[in-house]
Amino acid sequence: MSVEAIQTRPRVNAEPDRPGLRRRLANRGIDGVTLMILPALLFVLGIFVYPFLYGLVLSFHPLEGDALANYREFFSDPYLYNTIGATLKLAVPVTLLSGILAVPIAMRVRLLQRQRLLTTILVLPITLGTVLVAEGLLNYLGAQGWFNRTLMTIGLIDSPLRLTNNYWGVFVSLVITVFPFTFLLTLSYISGVDPALERAAATHGANSWQRFRHVLLPLLIPGLVVSACLTFVQAFSVFPSAVLLGAPSGPTRVISIAAAQAAFEEYNPSKASAIAMIMAAVQLLVVAGLLGVRSMFYRGSTAGGKG
Amino acid sequence: MSLASMSFNELRLDRVSRAFGSFHALNQIELVIGKGEFVALLGPSGCGKSTALNCIAGLLGTTGGGIYIDDRRIDQLKPEDRGFGMVFQNYALFPHMTVLQNVGFGLKMRGLPRAEIETRAQAALALVRLQGQADKLPGQLSGGQQQRVAIARAIVIEPPLVLMDEPLSNLDAKLRLEMRAEIRRIHNQLGATTIYVTHDQDEALSLADRIVVLRDGSIRQVGTPHELYESPLYLDVAEFMGFRNRVVGKVVGVANGVATISTEGRELTGRAMDALKPGDDAVLAARGDDVIEGTSGANAIQATVETIEYRGREYVGTARTATDMELVFHGPRQVDIGSRISLEIDALRALVFATGRAA
Repeated sequence: MSVEAIQTRPRVNAEPDRPGLRRRLANRGIDGVTLMILPALLFVLGIFVYPFLYGLVLSFHPLEGDALANYREFFSDPYLYNTIGATLKLAVPVTLLSGILAVPIAMRVRLLQRQRLLTTILVLPITLGTVLVAEGLLNYLGAQGWFNRTLMTIGLIDSPLRLTNNYWGVFVSLVITVFPFTFLLTLSYISGVDPALERAAATHGANSWQRFRHVLLPLLIPGLVVSACLTFVQAFSVFPSAVLLGAPSGPTRVISIAAAQAAFEEYNPSKASAIAMIMAAVQLLVVAGLLGVRSMFYRGSTAGGKG
Repeated sequence: MSLASMSFNELRLDRVSRAFGSFHALNQIELVIGKGEFVALLGPSGCGKSTALNCIAGLLGTTGGGIYIDDRRIDQLKPEDRGFGMVFQNYALFPHMTVLQNVGFGLKMRGLPRAEIETRAQAALALVRLQGQADKLPGQLSGGQQQRVAIARAIVIEPPLVLMDEPLSNLDAKLRLEMRAEIRRIHNQLGATTIYVTHDQDEALSLADRIVVLRDGSIRQVGTPHELYESPLYLDVAEFMGFRNRVVGKVVGVANGVATISTEGRELTGRAMDALKPGDDAVLAARGDDVIEGTSGANAIQATVETIEYRGREYVGTARTATDMELVFHGPRQVDIGSRISLEIDALRALVFATGRAA
């Protein structure tokens, strides 16, 4: 067909050309590159979604009784349901404390020249793993450990403080293992706030507390809430330090211990699954609550303007 | 005590220096700024103008000298205790506060009652013509509107001194002209002493009562816009004020403040800015506006046209002389690229500097 023919052919149906399927998908952002999420998707499905659903279904098939028997048992046995309180009693203060420590330290570190060095030191506990930290603390905080001996030598105390095999041992170990995460997240949020904002606040008469209270904090809250969520979830699933440093049958009998006992001592995977589901539900509630709080704050850009 | 409510007669910089290690960003700056004056700190980037402003604001410590308001030394005070207003290049508005809260920020920090904050913030918004925008967040405003908010925030506290750090450089050209007029209007209305940092000579010329030209951390020249525009004391200041053309030559005669130099076998005259004597190496500097393509041959030099563009009223082009000097010229007609033309230099407006002295 000649070019002329194309140009002169009258267009009977003036309906605009409908683009092909490939074109329409591309317009919605779906093209060949989209396929690259497949491996990750398969991984998530196989390693996370499937086991989760399997556990959920398993929890409704108890060894004896009706579908809800496991849940009924959990909420009627104080030895079981008290684990929620015990875990919250650890996870919530640990989350709060690491957040409260992380903000001022991150604010200071942000201004340092040798940020890398300090960050490395603070982040080191992540690489050590919870077990090593717990073992170390067992010695350090024990009756004959450096901590107690130092305090006694100075004369602050007469007899060693009991800091292991109880609540405080687990608490300290959790703070140490959880803090680096909180700190790194907080540091990135604080570094993201335009430093010109603080300068502007200072020139307009805000002292350092007012600058923090009226400018930095409101801009940080959304980020701090997200980091609190992650910290909380991490602290809530505490297991090794609760066993090694705590009193696993007493005040630090956390929910993961109850689940482990059901699974590996009672050989009741269905009950263990139910406990795991309850654990997930509590975490979800707390995270949802925190995100609800977050939505009440300004969440937009933390830059003071263009450029 | 805050300085905000203070009336004062002058702000004095007494040999103010600021060093970063061995680098002297500011070198013994001496400057007295009177009440109600609009002073522009002008210079290329890295000249120390922003450093000077930050030292006055208290955002940067000085490493020598003192800053005084009348006889009160203020350079040891924290920025929040100085009570100045400041407008930043990137606006630095608090993104989580409404426009009204942004403007009222300084008043709130001073513990004023809520009703008064509201009234005064609204009045400041009216002054920058943003009445209807009080409840918006800064992110919902255009760049020009954001900078108006920043100006309102700086002036609402009625500061003795308003500091502006390149407030227009993030705006597009048209808005820049508009805001320039706006800043001048607000200054005329309030009479607040203003220090304005810019690298744009047009801004400095049109806004300031007095211009301070800085270079390498030192004051190069201080004067009214007229003085700086007509009689820059140094070649570099002249270049900064738009004297883009330099014709290099040798002095052949000086009489009554008029110097004649010889270059490429021709003689050109201009106002002598330095003590010159025949035989000295010299540079004749002229603005593009004062180099006209013409045929009279008076005070003229030959050159070959390299570019030419139409500017509506006239043509502006560049041409190169036999000894490879590039000149910007204006002309009444289109000339062909590559053609030889005669460029006439306005002898009353061209300046002759001794070379060797001006760096």
